[in-house]
Parts: sequence; C-alpha cells; structure tokens
Amino acid sequence: MKQITVLSGKGGTGKTTITASFAVLAKNAVVADCDVDAPDLHILLHPRIVKTQEFKGSKLAAIDEPKCVKCDLCREKCRFDAITENFKVDPFSCEGCGVCTIVCPANAITLTERISGHAYISKTRYGFMAHAMLSPGEANSGKLVTLVRQNAKVLAEKEDSDLVIIDGPPGIGCPVIASVTGVDVGLVVTEPTMSGIHDLKRALQLLKHFNVPPFVCVNMYDVNRYNTEKILRFCKENGIQIAGRIPFNSEVTEAMVNGKTIVEYSPKSDVAKEVENILKKLCSSLKLGSV
Amino acid sequence: MIVSIASGKGGTGKTSVAVNMALSIRNVQLLDCDVEEPNAHLLLHPKISRIEPVYVPVPFVNEKLCDHCGKCSKFCQYNAIFVSPEKVLIFPELCHSCGGCTLVCPKKAITEDKHKIGTLKLASAGNLELVYGELDVGEPMAVPVIREVKKHIDDSRNVILDSPPGTSCPVIETVKGSDFCILVTEPTPFGLHDLKIAVQVLEDMKIPLGVVVNRAGIGDKKVYEYCEDKDVPVLLEIPYQRRIAELYSRGVPFSLEMPEWKEKFQMLFDEARRLVSK
Repeated sequence: MKQITVLSGKGGTGKTTITASFAVLAKNAVVADCDVDAPDLHILLHPRIVKTQEFKGSKLAAIDEPKCVKCDLCREKCRFDAITENFKVDPFSCEGCGVCTIVCPANAITLTERISGHAYISKTRYGFMAHAMLSPGEANSGKLVTLVRQNAKVLAEKEDSDLVIIDGPPGIGCPVIASVTGVDVGLVVTEPTMSGIHDLKRALQLLKHFNVPPFVCVNMYDVNRYNTEKILRFCKENGIQIAGRIPFNSEVTEAMVNGKTIVEYSPKSDVAKEVENILKKLCSSLKLGSV
Repeated sequence: MIVSIASGKGGTGKTSVAVNMALSIRNVQLLDCDVEEPNAHLLLHPKISRIEPVYVPVPFVNEKLCDHCGKCSKFCQYNAIFVSPEKVLIFPELCHSCGGCTLVCPKKAITEDKHKIGTLKLASAGNLELVYGELDVGEPMAVPVIREVKKHIDDSRNVILDSPPGTSCPVIETVKGSDFCILVTEPTPFGLHDLKIAVQVLEDMKIPLGVVVNRAGIGDKKVYEYCEDKDVPVLLEIPYQRRIAELYSRGVPFSLEMPEWKEKFQMLFDEARRLVSK
C-alpha cells in the first residue's frame, strides 16, 4: 500500500480540489482529510459516516473551588498563563501539562479529559474516507491527524486498497508534519505568486527533512507565466520532478458551488485532463496501475 | 487598538488585507503571526534591523544524579521523555516546555536547556514597523514563536496581527487579546464552511468580529446569507479582478497601484474601531 500526501505550505492553492479529483479518478483508493481544523473535502465527496470516534487529544486542568486556598502558586508556575486572577482555568490557554496539579498545596487541581474533536470513517461513492473535525479552538491537531491516517491505513488494508490519498493542511507545523511522515510521495501544490514560491520552498525543505520524495504541481499557472517559469526552473535546478501545470478555469469554482469535483463536473475540461495526467504520473512513479 | 486578521480557510487573502490596511493607516505596527509561512514581508520588502533566535526551554538530564525512577516520564503529558533502566531519552520536538519534569524529579537531576525553534525579525518599511517570526523547518510547534512575535506589541500604536489559517492553537494564540478580528473569506462553499468554524471560535473567545469578502463575484451568495442570519457585519468586498490577482502574484500590495483602495482600507479600520467602541 502506497501513500500520497497533497500539501502546499501556502493555503488556498488548490490542495482539496486536486485531492478530491484524485479520489474520484483513482480506482480502489482510500482518501484521508488531514486538514482537521478546516476540513473541506467532504463538501465535494459527500461522505456517509459509518463510524464516529471521540478524540481525546489533551487534558484540561480543573480547580475545585472550595478546596482552593488562593495561594497563587499555580498561577506562578503555569507557563501558559492559563489560570486567571480569580483562579479560573482559561481553556484556550491551558495545555494540560499538569504542573498546577503538583504545585497546589491543597490538592485542589486535577487534570480532566477533554474531548478535542471527532474522527470519522465514512463511505463515499468512490470508496472509503477517513476524516475528522477538531473542535474549534482546540490544540493537538497533529495527534488527530495521526489518528485519521491510522484509520485510513486500516481501511486500506481491509479493503485491499493499494493507495491512500491524503489531503494535508496548510503550513509546515505539527499537523503538516503528522501528514507527511512516512508517506511515499509528497505532492506540493503551488501557485505562481511570490507567496506561493516562498511557501513552496519551505514545504520542499520539510519533505526533504522527513525524507519524502517530492513532486511539484503549479496550479493556475497562467495567472503569472513568468513566475511559473521561475518555479519550473527552480525545480529543474534542484532535481525536483514536475507533476504538472494546471490552468486557471472558473469552472473549478462552479464545480465547487455544485458540490462536485472538477473531474465530475467538467470531465473534458483542461483542468480535469491535467489532474488526471498528474495522478497517472504519481502512480507510475509508485509503480501502481491505479488509474 | 489591536486588530487581528484571520480566516479559517487558507489563501483567502488575509495577508493582502493586513498589508493593504497597514499601508493605508497611520502609526501602525504589523505583526505577521503566520510563522509557518510568513508572507507579509514579501509584499513590503522591509529593511530588517534585528534578527533574534527563538528558543524554548527543554529538559536536560544530569545522568550522574538520575536514578532512572521514571517519575518525569510518567508526569510528561507529551511523551517527551523516555526513561529506561540505562538511559534517558529526550524528544525536544514533543516538549511543550511546561517545566513539570524539573519539578517532579526527586533527585533534582533535571535542569533546562534551550532549544532553537525559530527566528524573530524586526523590520521596517517606511513608517511601518513589521515584526515577524519564522518557524524552523521540521519544528512542529508554532505557538512559542507566535508568543515571541506578540511580545513586541506596542499598543500605543495601531496594531495589526496577520494570523495563520485554520482554527487551532496557532490561531488562538494569535487572536487572543485582540480588540477586534477581521475574518477574510471568499464566497465559495469552502470559504463559507471554514468561516463558520472561525466565527464560532471567536464567539467562544468573545472577540468582536466582522467579515471581508475577497474575490467577490465568484462562487455564490451563501456567505452573505450566512452573515445576515448571524448578524455578522460584512465590512468590505474586494472584487475578483485580474489586475488585483496579477499585482498580488508579483508581490505588489494593490492599494499602492490602485490608490482608490487606500480610502477603503482606512474606512475598514475606522469601522473596526467604531464597532469596538460600541
């Protein structure tokens, strides 16, 4: 079983549009939405949830008010400023470390479990999907990503799938690291803007750091052909394979508004054809006959 | 006044709004809190005056004092310490720097060492002061770098915070303490879905908010319907225009080339101020 992660560094370059199309085109693949704090893949793939799991990612300090002697030690030792002046725990700041529980002389503080989100196993018209929803404002998205990937892997083994397609979050921090570690290919989707180029380079450094073979795809390449050339040259000079160039096409947004992937909405469009070529290229590099 | 610019969905135009607004008002300080992928400096080409490393404390074990009792490992909620009968292993990238292990060690064998996770840059472009952070590639935790950036807030000035995308801890760390938050969205199903999550986070945090609709004209009208239903003010619309997209792609803030927008961004800031004082 092989795993492909679609990532970008910069947000909004088209990761989900491409991943959703891959999910439709690939035969017998499992898809995983690892953008757990702003998941959008379900908007295009309409999964039917078959199993829901509670995600307990971190703990939360709780102060037993009658026991509290207001000595201030917890406030002093908490490095996250998570205890307010009137000895209440600020759930947005508490990282559940437990330091307050050991410094409290009155044993008034305990760590409690908190449900930080939910993981789902679902069925779409094209196969199984693993996804999740981090509760708004929660931490530990990396752990939830790991759970989603674990679910996807189990599904793939059960269904005898040879490919897991992972939609990654933007950035390069913990949920992105959790999305790329140990995968077979990282497809970086970029756009021909100064920010796109800057963030592409950091995403490529991240893949290199974790020894993930990179591919690059330039989305909306015709918005700035000069910058597209710059990206292609940069990749060539650094021995990074180009997976493809996708043109700008307003049908992509139309498809989204209709809750469809571009390969379903406009299968003969230039975008749909290029997305198919990109998947073929990735599969052939992984020696898979998936499309 | 501190105004943060956030979004839920990535790539909706947060940095564009933050930079154009910063260029349109006076006495302003812009802090780029998207330390995973900071972009404001690409539009401002600032002069950097100071570069500082960002460190976090991580445990350092004195093996001579350690009796391998394992209390530190048991205490650590983040699995950052592994104790075997022969050895103690520290995983600095998992450590949240709470300092708990130093407190629970009965042999006082644990002290703290500093571990570099990023860089802080202080810069200026004309009268505009820019502070931004860069998380080192491979480091998972953005929050301590964001905290470092925010230490430089000068609240005697008009402070604009450019947030990372999403709705998890780096976003909370950024918007915490803001007087107002502008959520930038696009009028598409993805934009709307992620806007709803972001609105919920800000409501939970009791931060007043308004919406800027970027790329207006594409997609559908559902973002507007949602805002009307929720009584969330739409403060500004930026139309989808080839010229704006093209200027952005070259790293040019569009209000510099299209001066009629300066006034609109001024009005956006004034409106935020009015809503705060209300």
